[in-house]
Amino acid sequence: MSLFALQGAVELGLIYALMSLGLFVSYRILDIPDLTVDSSFTLGAAVAAMLTVAGHPYLGLGLAVAAGTLAGCLTAFLQTKLQIQPILAGILSMTALYSINLHVMDGKAQVSMLKTASLYTLSSGKFSKLLVSGAILLAVCLMLGFFFRTQLGLCIRATGDNEDMVRSSSINTERMKFIGLGLANALVALSGGMLAQYQNFADLSMGIGMVVIGLASLIIGEVIFGRPTIPRNILAVVLGSIIYRTIIAFVMARGMSPNDLKLISAAIVVLAISYPAILQKVRVRKLMKEAKLDA
Amino acid sequence: MLELKNVSKTFFPNTPNERKALVDINLHLAPGDFVTIIGGNGAGKSTLFNSIAGSFLIDRGNILLGGKNITFLHDYQRARTIGRLFQDPLKGTAPNMTIEENLAMAYLRGMRKGVHFGISKKDSEFFREQLAELGLGLEDRLKTKMGLLSGGQRQAVTLMMATIVTPKLLLLDEHTAALDPATAEKVAELTQKIVARGKITTMMITHNMQQSLDCGNRTIMMDNGRVILDLQGEARARLTVPDLLELFKDRSHREFDNDRMMLS
Repeated sequence: MSLFALQGAVELGLIYALMSLGLFVSYRILDIPDLTVDSSFTLGAAVAAMLTVAGHPYLGLGLAVAAGTLAGCLTAFLQTKLQIQPILAGILSMTALYSINLHVMDGKAQVSMLKTASLYTLSSGKFSKLLVSGAILLAVCLMLGFFFRTQLGLCIRATGDNEDMVRSSSINTERMKFIGLGLANALVALSGGMLAQYQNFADLSMGIGMVVIGLASLIIGEVIFGRPTIPRNILAVVLGSIIYRTIIAFVMARGMSPNDLKLISAAIVVLAISYPAILQKVRVRKLMKEAKLDA
Repeated sequence: MLELKNVSKTFFPNTPNERKALVDINLHLAPGDFVTIIGGNGAGKSTLFNSIAGSFLIDRGNILLGGKNITFLHDYQRARTIGRLFQDPLKGTAPNMTIEENLAMAYLRGMRKGVHFGISKKDSEFFREQLAELGLGLEDRLKTKMGLLSGGQRQAVTLMMATIVTPKLLLLDEHTAALDPATAEKVAELTQKIVARGKITTMMITHNMQQSLDCGNRTIMMDNGRVILDLQGEARARLTVPDLLELFKDRSHREFDNDRMMLS
């Protein structure tokens, strides 16, 4: 793999890290498997792309964040006020948002924004894309690290840990889910918006499989770097995302078809999540063998 | 302090499984009352607590706390002034957060949650002092994850969390039942100490007949969703456990049946 390809992988990794951080908030902190992500990623990309084409790249990213927040709140609304199971609530928002995304993109499946000013046309240095994404990511990480140490942040973390306890501390857990899922999808949408500007187009299907990709990055990071504290965990997610992109770039350079990407992503998640169970099986096998020898 | 007026609750109404869990309960607690509650299986003790804490809405009647009608408030709204402990020590704390963070959550009770730092140096110091009073050596483990503590330690911390902002009412639902005897004793002692110090109006469900007479200033016996016995003052002071069993038989016309009840 060339150095050039590696740089590309890191650039993508930094952008996708924001999406993984979104999943970190919903899946790890709130303990909710949030499938809204597949569509809120596209929503962010669509909103950012349309406004970038209209000449407002920064406003585009801002509104992408706002749209993502709303998408997260929709899922939270379905879950809490309407009492729909978390997974189904996510699937419903995801499906509904597909139509919304199509409307945002003016009925077209793809919006391209060649030759329009965007975040990544600011400067043309060799590392400018890397620096721009890195700066935004750093700011977001610092904000998240701070946020989860505030009173509100503590309450959101506790909601994912022991909901009963939080309610008996006089905290409205429904509100915490609104804030948490809103924040999670805001990050996902920002990631989508930045990716759209980075690759100069938004595609209606670019969000498909994002949950799995995000989880894969999250888990890779956690397996390698652990998650003893929130700041360490945030760092692990970011590094996980970069490693994931590097792996993908590597196998593609080796001649793997891009069509198999989703299959690989899913396999990584399956392996990483089932790893403890498989280890357990192997141990029991070994114990049984030894017991037989003793008998 | 607490007033229940004609409180009724029926589960699965109009079905073959219909169960009248609470029937026309009228109860008045004076400020500082410490009431112990005993009763057989399915007598309605926990249902009574769930009704007061707002785990579900009652079918009929009114609940007043400190003169305020709380009948239709959400459970988390009532939690501003009601502290509650369950039998399961795992229920009251967040296992993946540190002791300090757990306490900080409880300390926020009734306050607006803002986006400033959750735990100040001053708070930390205050938590350390409070933990030292438990006498479990937890004051030096503020940064330890809650899940690493034993059941007894967790229950003691939960007790502290429920009372760190003095509640108007403290509900204890067999909170020592799942602990080993020595730890149970210790947590029970702590309870007495904390309740006495804060003069907290308290209701305690217990399966220990002797404890029901030793603790507090009033004992209530429940059966079939009704309060069948309400003892305090002179009459209660003279009572022994056999007397209590005899009284139960007398009032309910059957033997006392609670498979976990400790008669001595």
